[in-house]
Amino acid sequence: MVRVIGFLVGLVFAGVLLISLVSNAATYFASPPEATAAEEFHEHAKPLKLASDGPFGKFDTRQLQRGFQVYAEVCAACHGLNLVAFRDLKALGYNEAEIKKIAADWKTEVPSINPDTGEAATRPALPSDRFPDPFPNEVAARAANNNAFPPDLSLIAKAREGGAAYTYSLLTGYQNQPAELVHKFPDAKTPEGLYYNPYFPNLNLAMPPPLTANGQVTYADGRPATIDQMAKDVSAFLEWTAEPKLESRRAAGLAVAIFLLIATILGYLAYRQIWQEAKRKVRVTGVLDPANQAKNRRAKAKSGVAG
Amino acid sequence: MATRAQSAEVPATTDSGGSTGEEGVRRRDFLNVAAVSFAGVGGVVALAPLFVQMAPSADVLALATTEVDISKIQPGQGIKAVWRKQPVFIRNLTPKEIAEANAVAMSDLRDPESLAQRTKPGKMNWLITLGVCTHLGCVPLGIGEGENKGPYGGYFCPCHGSAYDTAARIRTGPAPTNLVVPDYEFTSDTTVKIG
Amino acid sequence: MSFSWAKPYEPKHPLMRWIDERLPLPRVVYGAIGGGYPVPRNLNYWWNFGVLAGIFLTIQIVTGIVLAMHYTASVDGAFNSVEHIMRDVNAGWLIRYAHMNGASFFFIVVYLHIFRSLYYGSYKAPRELVWMLGLVIYLLMMATAFMGYVLPWGQMSYWGAQVITGFFSAFPLVGEPLRVWLLGGYAPDQAALTRFFSLHYLLPFIIAAVVILHIWALHIPGSGNPTGVDVKEERDTLPFHPFYTAKDGWFAGAFLLLYAIVTYFAPNYLGHPDNYIPADPLATPAHIVPEWYFWPFYAILRAFTVDFILPAKLWGVLAMFLSILLLFFLPWLDKSPVRSGSYRPLFKRFFWLLVADVVILGWAGGSHATPFWIAVSQIASAYYFLHFLVILPLVSRFETPLPLPSSISESVLHGEEAEAAPVGSKKKRGGSVATAAAE
Repeated sequence: MVRVIGFLVGLVFAGVLLISLVSNAATYFASPPEATAAEEFHEHAKPLKLASDGPFGKFDTRQLQRGFQVYAEVCAACHGLNLVAFRDLKALGYNEAEIKKIAADWKTEVPSINPDTGEAATRPALPSDRFPDPFPNEVAARAANNNAFPPDLSLIAKAREGGAAYTYSLLTGYQNQPAELVHKFPDAKTPEGLYYNPYFPNLNLAMPPPLTANGQVTYADGRPATIDQMAKDVSAFLEWTAEPKLESRRAAGLAVAIFLLIATILGYLAYRQIWQEAKRKVRVTGVLDPANQAKNRRAKAKSGVAG
Repeated sequence: MATRAQSAEVPATTDSGGSTGEEGVRRRDFLNVAAVSFAGVGGVVALAPLFVQMAPSADVLALATTEVDISKIQPGQGIKAVWRKQPVFIRNLTPKEIAEANAVAMSDLRDPESLAQRTKPGKMNWLITLGVCTHLGCVPLGIGEGENKGPYGGYFCPCHGSAYDTAARIRTGPAPTNLVVPDYEFTSDTTVKIG
Repeated sequence: MSFSWAKPYEPKHPLMRWIDERLPLPRVVYGAIGGGYPVPRNLNYWWNFGVLAGIFLTIQIVTGIVLAMHYTASVDGAFNSVEHIMRDVNAGWLIRYAHMNGASFFFIVVYLHIFRSLYYGSYKAPRELVWMLGLVIYLLMMATAFMGYVLPWGQMSYWGAQVITGFFSAFPLVGEPLRVWLLGGYAPDQAALTRFFSLHYLLPFIIAAVVILHIWALHIPGSGNPTGVDVKEERDTLPFHPFYTAKDGWFAGAFLLLYAIVTYFAPNYLGHPDNYIPADPLATPAHIVPEWYFWPFYAILRAFTVDFILPAKLWGVLAMFLSILLLFFLPWLDKSPVRSGSYRPLFKRFFWLLVADVVILGWAGGSHATPFWIAVSQIASAYYFLHFLVILPLVSRFETPLPLPSSISESVLHGEEAEAAPVGSKKKRGGSVATAAAE
């Protein structure tokens, strides 16, 4: 009964699927879907080598400091970093006094209340504060940016396919829209107010190129701040903001992996030893008991049975 | 055939393993014990993060110090500040209150301490204590204008009647010890860093 | 426990005797996983995954309870509380990643366990209830995992909740009211988040209770084995402790090593970057996908694209539910008296086709819904239903199985191929009963 109903149900579902398949095939061959500009011209991120790559990589703190400088001087005007606290900058190699100064000098202040009048006010940041958002809310952010919302950058390296390589490619990927694209997809011409960037999934990005000139930032260590260098450095910094515990994670991982390897080997040896005894401890009984088998053989030989 | 099969499977039926014997027992136990203990140690270490995570997190520890501006506090006044999410009484003692505190004999005190011990040298007028009654944790009255300062002119806890004097020392009532003086330092004449 | 030779519990330590007299818990444990539970001696490594599933359930419960100490179930605070755990809570990053990847590994283990059961006929009499309880556990796991994924309140959390609760509106009349009732609103919002948190905390304990029933039901007939032949005598078995505790122990070490490597060195590999973006009800991600362990069902859902009497969306939802529901009927769909796929050559071929089919369905479910992948989903889904509802009943009716060994011991002591030949035949290597008797 169950099988009969099941049989029919199975045929029905398979049948409906077949109908869907045929219908889809018909639609596909009748009017094949058109390629889109995005599909053809989108480029995957350029490879980026960072000190933190690989299972044993570590952050290059000097690069992180340079990246932070790029963030502070170029990106912070529009992009928040609200999951990172000033005190976290200790990992970049700054000491307490430097962090206190960075926080106190930070251009955006932290929302607070006027202690005398109770009105909304702002106060300079403390090391225990998180980076204050450049705009008080999303509406203000959009109003100031042509209705685009500059995303918070704390997690951007984990929130985008390609991570730091993606941010690096994006920052260095601004270019003129290729004539071929405009020719093939006239509707995909970059609209006014957007900028063409093949690394962005939609090809046209609301953010104007933030890194426009070499030397836009003056690095404290004197390294030349080319656009490429600044893009690399800020990408490394953003890799850190997304995953500050990366180094301790991998260090712990190595210890745990080695421990488990040894534990597994010891466990396997113990297992083998226990099971060797199992095979040795077999007590043959009944038909397989050699005494019985001998008896059987003698009986059969006596009675002349061929077996 | 049967004998061959038999010998392949059961080389020695009497003891528990031909070449092992007594020494074999020790070898076998050692490996088992080693494997289980190693795994056991790992199990215990694996538990460590589960307990460590309950300790104060980095953001809580970051708020372990607070700076307070005391420039506006006149003698005879006090403010209630917050440190580690608890109330702190910062009081500017008048000379009369200082004299009262110093006049008390140590033998009269349940928790003997002099005012000098509870303040910083040269700043005996600044009394900084936790605003938490040492009995069961209520916030005593007396720091604000017009609040009941209790029979000893310091603080008074309405919950069970503990009364503190002008040096915030327990004088009467169930509280066992004086109001706690936290670690603090004057980073300038007008700012105090607590914690 | 029905084996007469099972060693009875004899506590030697006076404390254990004292406890046992008052609460026979040590006795129960001894009889379930100690020296008092006889297990077929010929189990292969496919039998390790049950215990491993229990280990991962424990890992999830323990890490989950600890995460709940720091998590805030509010639409404004959830995402930030998870980042607080990752950045500020001591070892928080480890506990979060362990929980996140623990869910994936729990599913990996359970899928291997389920496919073991499908191949070796573990669902057949007298273990039908063990199988059905297992399916209940699987359904509870899926509900738990779905709700857990919503909690971080990222883009995928929100939109995954939107899509999955959207299924219910496919049902005519009651669908939309049901959806609104489930969510406590018209879209996933505060009400949905808090109730999902509450239920996500609750369900694992219900899973644990059903796991106990599952093991209890198993221990009545005892464990199955790769030959599918019942245990006949003491020689066929070994006590669970120390033999299978040792085997499960070392294999667990190896599997946990794999889990540790993923958790510590590639913790986001099985996840989706979009869930690191805070939920935005006004912006749909380019490509909504559930977590990988739901991908085969997602493929089945999306395979139905044409209205045929019923709307396509309803077909998809019905098919998705049916794909799991039909498994409850498996013991009656496949009535072959031979349990193990090792002795069912025709069944074996279709089994591997099913494995390939499910893998393909999974791949299709995780891909963009292009015409190609939809077509693949359609063919693969059709095979899935045909396999269980049409092919298996026919195969079990008409196939010629290989002869079974007469007992587990014989297949262990003499080698399976030799024993697979019928008793009395001449074509064996030396040492078997038949040739010995013939001599």
